[in-house]
Amino acid sequence: MERVITANWHVEKAYTLSVYQQHGGFKSLKKVFGMERGAVVPELIKSNLRGRGGAGFPVGAKWSFLPKGTDVPKYLVVNADEGEPGTFKDRFIMERDPHRLMEGCIIAGFTLGLKAAYIYVRGELVLATRRMEAAIAELYAAGLLGKNIQGSGLDFDIYVHRGAGAYICGEETALIESLEGKTGQPRLKPPYPAVVGVFGCPTVVNNVESIACVPLVIERGAEWWAAQGSEKNGGPKIVQISGTVKRPGTYEVPNGISLRDVVFSDLYGGGPLDGRTIRAVIPGGTSCPVLRADQLDVKHDFDALKEKPFETMAGTSGVIVMDETVCVVRIAARIARFYHHESCGQCTPCREGTGWVSKILDRIEAGGAKRAEVDQLLDIVNNIRGNTICPFGDAVGMSIGAYLRQFPEEFIAHVEQGRCTYPAW
Amino acid sequence: MFNPNATDIDGPILFSPENEKELATLIQRYPYKRAALIPVLHMAQSQFGWLSPGVMAYVAQRLELPEGKVLQVASFYTMFDKKPAGRHKVEVCTSVPCCMMGGFAVVRHISERLGIGVGETTADGSVTLLEAECLAGCGYAPLLQVNGEFHENLTPERIDALLATLR
Ligand SMILES: Cc1cc2nc3c(=O)[nH]c(=O)nc-3n(C[C@H](O)[C@H](O)[C@H](O)COP(=O)(O)O)c2cc1C
Ligand code: SF4
Ligand code: FES
Repeated sequence: MERVITANWHVEKAYTLSVYQQHGGFKSLKKVFGMERGAVVPELIKSNLRGRGGAGFPVGAKWSFLPKGTDVPKYLVVNADEGEPGTFKDRFIMERDPHRLMEGCIIAGFTLGLKAAYIYVRGELVLATRRMEAAIAELYAAGLLGKNIQGSGLDFDIYVHRGAGAYICGEETALIESLEGKTGQPRLKPPYPAVVGVFGCPTVVNNVESIACVPLVIERGAEWWAAQGSEKNGGPKIVQISGTVKRPGTYEVPNGISLRDVVFSDLYGGGPLDGRTIRAVIPGGTSCPVLRADQLDVKHDFDALKEKPFETMAGTSGVIVMDETVCVVRIAARIARFYHHESCGQCTPCREGTGWVSKILDRIEAGGAKRAEVDQLLDIVNNIRGNTICPFGDAVGMSIGAYLRQFPEEFIAHVEQGRCTYPAW
Repeated sequence: MFNPNATDIDGPILFSPENEKELATLIQRYPYKRAALIPVLHMAQSQFGWLSPGVMAYVAQRLELPEGKVLQVASFYTMFDKKPAGRHKVEVCTSVPCCMMGGFAVVRHISERLGIGVGETTADGSVTLLEAECLAGCGYAPLLQVNGEFHENLTPERIDALLATLR
């Protein structure tokens, strides 16, 4: 399929302003400067562009919630904390095509009357940070950032802010706390960031890919964008395939493509490694409930994956594939260890629960647990869900719970045999 | 010689002239000073090697923050070293999916080659070995990061070649 979001990824030096402009860059901004300020949000709504950070909230609707005509400064915060295991797309946008992200930020600035954008980039992503800083310096020099950009009357700045290693800072309110120089502990909502965001001001928080899509929606038009995907899921998107497949990597696909195609098509995942059979697939990063290999005939979009019998999520579109050589109990235990390590500790059910879940899963995996502990595990994860400040707790419950629901025989086998029969890591 | 138990850094704790300039730039990016804390801690760590008690006190003074706040923030984030670390931090991803693609084997290989465990530093202070959570490169497993650079699709030979360059 035609590359749209990733069109520049293989263009040499597309991270420089001149090459970006040679490939059509900043035409959308020019178009927006010629439009009514109020015309961009309806375009985004019509396009069905949904947030690419995990939750799939419509971008246009989110922008429309920002209060209009206030005197307090308003901000865009770009979530570039990419940390959901299985996810590796925002890094490439920042490294290879940073100006597209910047163009999206400036369009948001003009449309919403913002003072500045802060790009909160994961601290480990050094090249991404360097490329974005270089891109921003070029834009100031070219008069595309700063005062009265291109005579539009817009004064707008973009700053890159490095995080320092904490998965929870990807949650938007934790990210805001962290941006203010504090520990990354999520806030109770409401108030939502649109009302009280960073520095106490109205704030839009969007994922890198979401913002990088904005210039493309403007360039191609809302109808075109909406037509690329499935119902209410507009546009192409970037899937990332990892695990035991022939062709791991990033691929641009239409929203709503069949998950089976993502995993098996020779254009994408390419199917299992020679002589192996696929057993399980996580559709969008490790927070999403796992599917069995007989459940892959489903549209990969934010709505279809939620339905019964799938009851999972499209998440970040980070598709993780496991074949029959992989112990799913050990995978659940590894994910639980991750959650235990990354819980910010504010809510007791999350802080304590992740520790118990991790311990019990390690014991089950090693073959040292009793049958009753498997049932107890389900109780614990169900008690974390819905009892916490942020969706991290729900993610623990949903993802770990799904391993128990989808592969009960694996848990029982570990208990009955008193050991794990899969190859060691 | 590398001293993993050092209690503070030797010599005066003062930002270099370039970092003084950088400090001024960082502060004016935000409506108030304290918001610059995390970027300033990054800068301090890269100048002084680690965030010793003296360095944290200095950062607190420069940003007009209580020392306890600086310690609290420095402790929350895994990239900040509150103890001396090696010149090169080798971080091997062992998250899902890397763990099923040989991530732990990479950790074992490096551990055997260097004679250190996870979280430890070689006696010459050159390398600290760490396990990392997903580093956003899962399609190219197994992988590690060192000094901000990715090394992907690792093989024992490639690991050895890399280790030979870390002095
Ligand atoms: C625990 C947790 C971690 C998250 N990590 C990220 C992340 O790394 N990147 C991201 O864009 N969104 C992440 N999110 C989602 C954000 O909270 C937020 O919904 C998103 O940035 C909104 O942008 P979007 O609407 O453009 O997707 C995370 C959410 C949770 C609960
Ligand atoms: S659910 Fe967990 S991560 Fe989220 S605020 Fe509560 S303790 Fe922190
Ligand atoms: S799990 Fe290793 S890079 Fe994502």
